Amino acid sequence: MKDATAIVGIGQTPFAKRLPESEKALACRAILRALDDAGIAPSEVDAFASYTMEETDEVEVAKSIGAGDVTFFSKVGYGGGGSCATVAHLAAAVATGQATVGVAWRSRKRGSGARPWKNTSVQLPTPAQWTRPFGLLRPADEIGMLARRYMHEYGATRDHLFNVALACRNRANQNPAAMMYERPLTREMYMTARWISDPLCLFDNCLETDGALACVIVSADRARDCRQKPVYVHAAAQGLPAQHHGMVNYWNDDPLTGPAWTAAQHLWKTADLCPQDVDVAQIYDAFTPLIPLSLEGYGFCERGEGAAFTEGGALEIGGRLPLNTSGGGLSEAYVHGFNLINEGVKQLRGTSTAQVPDASTCLVTAGEGVPTSALLLRS
Amino acid sequence: MANTNTGVNTDVNTDTDAHAHPNAPAAPAAALLSPVPDDDGAPFWEYTAQGELRVQACTQCDALRFPPRPCCPHCQSFDSEWRRMSGRGRIWSYVFPHPPLLPGYAELAPYNAIVVELAEAPHIRLVGNLVTSPDAALNSVDPAKLRIGAPVKVAFHNTDEGTTVPRWLLERP
Repeated sequence: MKDATAIVGIGQTPFAKRLPESEKALACRAILRALDDAGIAPSEVDAFASYTMEETDEVEVAKSIGAGDVTFFSKVGYGGGGSCATVAHLAAAVATGQATVGVAWRSRKRGSGARPWKNTSVQLPTPAQWTRPFGLLRPADEIGMLARRYMHEYGATRDHLFNVALACRNRANQNPAAMMYERPLTREMYMTARWISDPLCLFDNCLETDGALACVIVSADRARDCRQKPVYVHAAAQGLPAQHHGMVNYWNDDPLTGPAWTAAQHLWKTADLCPQDVDVAQIYDAFTPLIPLSLEGYGFCERGEGAAFTEGGALEIGGRLPLNTSGGGLSEAYVHGFNLINEGVKQLRGTSTAQVPDASTCLVTAGEGVPTSALLLRS
Repeated sequence: MANTNTGVNTDVNTDTDAHAHPNAPAAPAAALLSPVPDDDGAPFWEYTAQGELRVQACTQCDALRFPPRPCCPHCQSFDSEWRRMSGRGRIWSYVFPHPPLLPGYAELAPYNAIVVELAEAPHIRLVGNLVTSPDAALNSVDPAKLRIGAPVKVAFHNTDEGTTVPRWLLERP
């Protein structure tokens, strides 16, 4: 697997609270842009991967874009936990000869569509009987519960969470494609914002976005002939820890050790690099507390030190670990973390709107707090 | 997952205004959700209907497990029983949800949702609500009274839909 495949094309639609086109049309636009970016004809696509929550299936996408005969297709579960795994599955398929040109994508109208947690007739992928009758209804409530415990155990404060929100917002303010491009954030705005689920306020929560993204994966050999500088999939991992319970991970000895720890163990085991080698990170940020938890899980600091890690501008450009340089889910767009993958590619091409000088390695992670996945990309 | 497009700072809440709504109706107009038990969970709710808090236990290796499941993750036995708990525990964490919420919950917001670790088995934690009495509203306790580690005891509330849910009272109100 190591460096055997590369991301050679990326594409995206605009991001907005409301886009007029259907999720299917948005998916097709993002995919065709990614293929054009790569210089690969749609008829050469023979593999697809997306999320189980993706509404448009491979049949619709393949016939719309004019794909060829498809020999590999895969869907990954657990919402935002599946983002990096879409690329990982295609990398594995290409590396093992099951396909030659893979497309991963996510299209979502979360901005103008329904709120998933409002659907009371459908069992969400949580043990809902144990949580929802008590008013623990939304992901923000479920993660808020872990967040307060984390703050209690390690002395983390709202200022630490603000550091995360601010770093993402500052990068979005550099990115004209970001929904929060022209909307700076101040500490006063953060500290006086309305609660969503105390201890989490408005700015601890990701955006609601309509939009789609896609990327193209081919073998390293093929990548050298493509239009863009290849970004190699150096390592990839999924993580479902023993006795894990999804976002309501309250029923094991240590609920604060989440899927990131499991994915990280495999990721670093198969990589030639270690956390200290990472130049820039795109860490899944549906909620600010996921950042300190992930910083610990992926080994950037010790257990309990994730909040303190955010101090002193560590997550800003020029800091110890520049974070979510497009603005992330908190301030660019929330498309189940796929924008983090494409931003990782941009950093390693040297084309980010908040470029980290000479970045050659980027960690991209999927949702922490649910069965997750991660990619270690290098140029 | 709120949208920062909708503007901020217009609806600021503090901890002190987050307690009982003086005009909140005793029984909200919009119903709260009732548990939808699965096969594994059904016995839990049958016991709560009898006023008992019971947790699934392996009859081979004695390990308690929650949420319930078909076999024991330690010894793989399919033999289990439902063991009665003392109903005592401590608050492990809590949140105060604010809108947007489902209508029945929005009427009560901000209310508390808590996780209680059981005295007998701290790794077994139940999500619930801290209330002043078994039939009181989810926002009946002053938020300032909630703290991690506070000792609590179980109480049982019969819902309008005919199920019985465990709720929690402070040992030292």
